Amino acid sequence: MHFLSSSIAVLLNGTWVTVELTVTSLFLGTAVAVFVALAEVYGNIWIKIAATAYERIIRSIPILVIMFIIFFGFPIVGIRFDPFVAAIISLGIRSSAYQSQIFRGSILAVSKGQILAAKSLGMNGRQTFLYITLPQALRFSIAPLTNEFTIVLKDTSIAYALGVTELLREGTYIVSTTYEPLLIYSLCAAIYFVITFGTNKFVSSMERRFSIPGYEIRGVERA
Amino acid sequence: MSHFLHVFIQGFPLLIGGLKFTLILASVSIVIGFIIGVFIAIERVYGRKISYGLSTAYVEIIRGTPLLVQLFILYFSLPQIGIHLSPLAAAIISFSLNSGAYQAEYIRGALQAVEKGQMRAALSLGMTKWQAVRMVILPQALRKVLPSWTNEFVYLIKYTSLAYLVGVPELTAQGEFFASRNFEFMNVFLSVALLYLIVIFIITWAFSAVEKRVRVPGI
Amino acid sequence: MKLLEVKNLKKSFGKKEILKGISFNMDKSETIVVIGPSGTGKSTMLSCINMLTKPDSGEVLLEGEDLVKTKNIEKMRQKIGMVFQEFNLFNHLTVLDNVRIGPWKVKKISKDAATEIALKNLKKVGLEDRANAYPAELSGGQKQRVGIARALAMEPDLILFDEPTSALDPELVGEVLEVMKKLAQEGMTMLIVTHEMSFARDIADRIIFMENGYIVEEGTPDKILFHPEKDRTREFLAKFRRE
Repeated sequence: MHFLSSSIAVLLNGTWVTVELTVTSLFLGTAVAVFVALAEVYGNIWIKIAATAYERIIRSIPILVIMFIIFFGFPIVGIRFDPFVAAIISLGIRSSAYQSQIFRGSILAVSKGQILAAKSLGMNGRQTFLYITLPQALRFSIAPLTNEFTIVLKDTSIAYALGVTELLREGTYIVSTTYEPLLIYSLCAAIYFVITFGTNKFVSSMERRFSIPGYEIRGVERA
Repeated sequence: MSHFLHVFIQGFPLLIGGLKFTLILASVSIVIGFIIGVFIAIERVYGRKISYGLSTAYVEIIRGTPLLVQLFILYFSLPQIGIHLSPLAAAIISFSLNSGAYQAEYIRGALQAVEKGQMRAALSLGMTKWQAVRMVILPQALRKVLPSWTNEFVYLIKYTSLAYLVGVPELTAQGEFFASRNFEFMNVFLSVALLYLIVIFIITWAFSAVEKRVRVPGI
Repeated sequence: MKLLEVKNLKKSFGKKEILKGISFNMDKSETIVVIGPSGTGKSTMLSCINMLTKPDSGEVLLEGEDLVKTKNIEKMRQKIGMVFQEFNLFNHLTVLDNVRIGPWKVKKISKDAATEIALKNLKKVGLEDRANAYPAELSGGQKQRVGIARALAMEPDLILFDEPTSALDPELVGEVLEVMKKLAQEGMTMLIVTHEMSFARDIADRIIFMENGYIVEEGTPDKILFHPEKDRTREFLAKFRRE
């Protein structure tokens, strides 16, 4: 059983890469998504159309194809990314489409009455957004963002196809020398499961603890 | 642009051949997944302790792990215990099992959204619990779940691209094959993306037409 | 033999005792109206009769067969109709299918015969022209009349009415009470929980006054409404008249 302990060490290395991929892609996604969402809600008609088109198109293309366009396609026009970066850009762009949907939904979920009340206090548009809309919208976003985290985490496994040495790729290396696919892939699955399940449980316990009555909102399922 | 069109037209027959596999994979999986989903959902809502526990574990494990890992377990690991599956079979089974867990969640939510009074009224007529679920609760729940199916089918269309990684000649695989011969990676994968976009657009539109068709006032 | 005998029925939810020993009998063709303050277990008592709520102890005998102990409760429920406060029409079915589904799918009689029964009963409640409508397209009063037709279509020995007019706008109450009066005249056995006192006076063979999980007093409408023996009954009625 010596190989098992060394295998686990290798898998944990892969897990670290997986987590790096996940976190970096999510942040990249958030940065882009904020602008897309604001454009969709507050932009003029052309900006709205452009932002909505971006969101719809990205959401309709498989993440594997996005990765291939970034990794294999861009070198043709002279831009070369290493696999890790290509994976982050792909996952980040894809996540930005879903996150913008989350942010847009959350902003629109803040009721009209809230805005009217803010205006009646004499707040201007910027103040209304910062003090009234944003704090409530962020709260609405927590559950769907957790969901998005687990989706991105699971989809980092697809970076396997670009040769990124994340968890699944490391697992495959071990399989190719030990010929224990069932054991090794199950271990991989277990690691993914512990992270997603643990995150979900943690966030929902946080939500319960910090919940404001009447403010509970459930996440969307896989989008 | 004209160069892109040239590549697109040249690759079209090959890519359409791949698209056929994509659609087969997605349609078969959504149907099998639906059957799994209905049973799992009913167990999760109306089942006793053991079947509730098992079905919940199934849903949580499938949803908590990547589809690609599930596919690898089925395709690469089962030969270890003497079960050899073709790439297509392995893909269909893993997509169906995966979709079953997600559909179970949609259906469970819809079952729970049917008012309690419906069950009481059905039982008061002398229906058994199973009759009530089959004739009264499920037909209402399934109508509520229709919009999620559009989502689910779109999801499956996109994620069947993973079948490429075990050697199913679906759309992405054919794109990769085509591009590796003419080195037109950008144009070929943009063509592939365009085809996914068109198919998903058509499906979304068709499903919403079906939704309008089977709508019942008040549900 | 009595059609229905309820003996010492008890039911608690958690620590709260809702029914503290309810006993009464019903003859065939009798109409009994149950009155009493809200939250005193009247509805629970009804749903304990067809076992939609399982009583903790006691007996419910329908033609001598105990429903608490029976192995085939579905068979027994076919003989007991129920009309709900919230109607509970099957949302996905047309009016006709709502009424037909019982005889057709539960009693397993032919579709044609079930359709005939359904139409006959829709006619009885005055809604044969709405047969193809969906519940959401009906007014509250119409919904409740369909609910009554659905119960009637099973040709039950007895129908339980759980506050059938409480969820209705005042102007729609009349049409439902009319239908119920007609049923009483035709000899249907009915056990009705309601707050409609004048209706109770007109229709009831007997009135049961229930409070805090007990039957305080029962008797003819004349006795209960105008010459009650117990102080509790008098107080309840006095309060009612003031309102």
